[in-house]
Amino acid sequence: MSTTARTVLAVATVFVLLCATASAKTSAGAALYDLDCASCHGQTLAGRSGMGPSLRGVGAGPVDFYLSTGRMPLQDPRDEPTRSPPLLNARQRSAVTSFISSFGGPPAPSADPQAGNLSAGQHLFTSDCAGCHQVVARGGLTVGADVPDLRAPSARQIAEAVRMGPYLMPRFGPRQLSQRQLDSLVRYVLWTRRPDNAGGWSIDNLGPIPEGIIAWLLGMAVLALIARLIGERTDA
Amino acid sequence: MSRAQRFVSWNEQRFGSAKGVRWLLRYVFPDHWSFLLGEVALYAFIVLVITGIFLALFYQPSDTHMIYHGSYTLLDGQQISEAYHSVLNLSLTVPAGLLMRQTHHWAADVFLAAIVLHVMRVFFTGAFRKPRDVNWFVGLTMLMLAIFEGFAGYSLGDDLMSGMGLAIAYSVAMSVPLIGAQLAHLLWDGSFPGGSDFLPRLEIAHALLIPAALAGLISVHLALIMRQHHSQFPGRGRKESNVVGTPMWPGYALRSIGLLLAVAGILFLLGGLVQINPIWQWGPYEPYLSTNGAQPDWYIGWLIGALRLMPNFEPTIAGHTPIPNPFWGGVAFPGVVFTILFFWPAAERRFSGDRRRHDLLDRPRDKPQRTALGAALLSWVVLIFAVGAADRVSFRLNISYAAQIHVWRVGVWVVPVVVYLLSLSAARALQRSGAHPLRGSPRVRLRRRPSGEFELVDAGSPSPEIHERSGGHGERRCERTTE
Amino acid sequence: MRELLLRLLTGWAALKALRPQRSARQPDPATTMEQRLGSSHRAESIVAGLLGLAAVCAFAFTAVYAAGANTQLLGLALGLALLLAAAAAIVAGKAVVRQETAVQERDQLESADATEHVLEITHSGGEGISRRTLLIGAGTAAGAALVTAAATPVASLGPRLDRIHATPWRRGVRLVDDQGRPYSAQQIEIGSFYTALPEGGDTEDLGAGIVVLKLPPELLQLPAGRRGWAPQGILAFSKICTHAACAVSLYRYPTSEQTSAEPALTCPCHYSTFLPGQGGKVAFGPAGRPLPQLPLQIARDGSLRAAGGFDQDIGPSWWDVHRV
Repeated sequence: MSTTARTVLAVATVFVLLCATASAKTSAGAALYDLDCASCHGQTLAGRSGMGPSLRGVGAGPVDFYLSTGRMPLQDPRDEPTRSPPLLNARQRSAVTSFISSFGGPPAPSADPQAGNLSAGQHLFTSDCAGCHQVVARGGLTVGADVPDLRAPSARQIAEAVRMGPYLMPRFGPRQLSQRQLDSLVRYVLWTRRPDNAGGWSIDNLGPIPEGIIAWLLGMAVLALIARLIGERTDA
Repeated sequence: MSRAQRFVSWNEQRFGSAKGVRWLLRYVFPDHWSFLLGEVALYAFIVLVITGIFLALFYQPSDTHMIYHGSYTLLDGQQISEAYHSVLNLSLTVPAGLLMRQTHHWAADVFLAAIVLHVMRVFFTGAFRKPRDVNWFVGLTMLMLAIFEGFAGYSLGDDLMSGMGLAIAYSVAMSVPLIGAQLAHLLWDGSFPGGSDFLPRLEIAHALLIPAALAGLISVHLALIMRQHHSQFPGRGRKESNVVGTPMWPGYALRSIGLLLAVAGILFLLGGLVQINPIWQWGPYEPYLSTNGAQPDWYIGWLIGALRLMPNFEPTIAGHTPIPNPFWGGVAFPGVVFTILFFWPAAERRFSGDRRRHDLLDRPRDKPQRTALGAALLSWVVLIFAVGAADRVSFRLNISYAAQIHVWRVGVWVVPVVVYLLSLSAARALQRSGAHPLRGSPRVRLRRRPSGEFELVDAGSPSPEIHERSGGHGERRCERTTE
Repeated sequence: MRELLLRLLTGWAALKALRPQRSARQPDPATTMEQRLGSSHRAESIVAGLLGLAAVCAFAFTAVYAAGANTQLLGLALGLALLLAAAAAIVAGKAVVRQETAVQERDQLESADATEHVLEITHSGGEGISRRTLLIGAGTAAGAALVTAAATPVASLGPRLDRIHATPWRRGVRLVDDQGRPYSAQQIEIGSFYTALPEGGDTEDLGAGIVVLKLPPELLQLPAGRRGWAPQGILAFSKICTHAACAVSLYRYPTSEQTSAEPALTCPCHYSTFLPGQGGKVAFGPAGRPLPQLPLQIARDGSLRAAGGFDQDIGPSWWDVHRV
């Protein structure tokens, strides 16, 4: 065989192998999908009324987000999905993700925090996210849902959440938030894990509620004990 | 002549002060730890003044905007006000600036906590009765001023949290019937966020007017105490006509200096070790920005609770909105609480028919109605205060916020009634048994007469065990306890 | 041990024995009931030791300040110095100096004699005046006028009521983001929310900030008379809560109908919740008025513009607030 022919053969083999792997992965994903997702989202991914939305065309991002944060599968479709240990392992998740994304949709979003600008991220976070997530990303409440603390998710999960808007969260598409801005935003969120606590013990960076607790329990209570020590009690 | 002699006679020759000083040195303080709560407040005020002077030397009351290009990269290139910039600098670059700022803020939180405990002590022991009713009014006025003072200080930073707080305060001012808009626009120098005169006005209020008023009222408060002498709990040798305890010199002076130093020590420890109001993390304020979890300092929390709890009731009459919604939580609620407190001495005189002067204090159980009504009022305020943090309860414990609000809209009226009934029966039961509410052991004091038999000095339920203790006065004091 | 160290001295006689006798002295304002001299070498050493440690910590404060002024070390040094000094003072007060319990008689305050005398003196000041009423009237008038005159300059403070919550929004004003970039209609997506400001307007203005969002037709149930306010389903509302002026910066938009709550805007201060699909109607919380809606139009170039001003006053309510 000529060198050319050999090369062609090698390339063809690799291609076939790759396709086989991919399709094996996809078929493993299909099996997992049938087991864990189809009861709500339907065998054909078209969704089932009152159970779960259609997954056709959602792409890889949301699937990876929901599975890797353990928010799916959900016990009861009426429950609020909350972060928990993922049911599927990384390989299984990637199989389900490639199965679902084989029905179309955008590629999974990602973020490169190093490429972002911290100050720009802080500003974006304050105007677009702080209303729900609290300005130092400690989570909060909106009427109808709890808003998670952002110290748990990875950079990739944050990017996925921003782009798709899981559960009640609004989404921020590329026409609103450029990739560069997303990088900045993620950089800020990662920064909030260890913010500049120049003042000492951060008491969770939440402001007045923990401050009030400390003022009473460490300040006033200790001073009341000291007062007790100083002032002799009457022998009433 | 010794140095002390020279010092005293130098003063005496000029001021004739020895008589007054002698009176002061021999002034008797009754011994009870709860009398020191007011002192804690006084000493926190001293810490506030000292740290506050330091802060005032760096603060810039200006809403002029600038682009920040300082050492703190998080805010690099952002538009901030000069006021925010000055607090940022004070916190992050001025040596010891952050220590002073944080100590000042902790001192404010503790100042208010001590005042509130002090007011509770005075209320539940009946210390507000004649002749101390005027001092009760002075004290309540100081409590109100302290709340305003703390809020004004919190608002000076022009950071995200303080801006949101001011927006609410402005809305509450706007909600005052008829004159709200005039009032708010007068204070803010125009519509919110206010004209360029607003921050200077706020600073003058915070750093001059209110502290001066507080200092004046503190002087009146202390002068009245010294003129009337402290009240005291009943006990051995204690009568309406006297006061028994430790004289100022030397025992009490050292104790009190110790307390001053302890208050300052705790506050500086907190100021150095526990972060409070990190405005560099909140970022600057614009009216269109806000954050979840924004809260005022704890002593405003009861108003936030009331504002949140209020149903969306805002009727219109003939094209007017006579009572905008924030009025209920922001003005009516604290107004009702302070009105009750201000009128309490007169009301109690009226309903008990007791118009005598009282220098001996009650134990809470001695006046079950006062104690039960006071506990009910307290539970009402505390509950509404707690509802102000219901969103965090929802977040931590996963209880629906809306459901909590609906429950507490009823609960805040039911719980005080329950508290009233429970405290009433508890006070009456304690009165009967003579037990201590926490320690539970009724004590009986017997005195042995020279003839040898025992005499009941202080009643309680009789019990078998008798401890003997050596005492003075050539008599033996015996104490019976039931364990 | 303590018994040995604490000498118990009782009574006035004992105190008198300690002092040199003097004859014509006024009585002591307070009478000693019991006292003991409590000092011991041990207590004195403890006080001295505490004060020494306090001095070390206080010195450390200065040293830390000189060496870069770390906030935590500064607080620790000063706090400990003060607490050690406090401990010294308290120990000294309770175990070094004389412990005395004294009785002081209270001033009874009331004196019938003096009260009467005060009244007499006051009345005697007015004796011999013939036209008392005239003088009192004139004095009152002068006093009132002077107080009024003194208070008049307060009017300089304001209020500046000429334009309560006037907003920069007029027909044709472009919507821009906080960097000044104009929004185009085609940029606005369902399920997102956008903060917009008036082009060229003062961003400090309470009425400047608005929220822009887009709803699918089935969720649009605007009140009658607002037809055309939401071109392509794009809506704009004042971002300032009608309850207490915080920025309404929470937007919930369900991913699927299972999370059945409809899209809503919420204020983080007191959780007033507004339904954009129903023209800003209040769904929950204390707000007494709907969120004011700003009519929009799409210009030929595709940019979003205001089609007029707000339908009602923005921000918190007051006596004369214009509402719908």
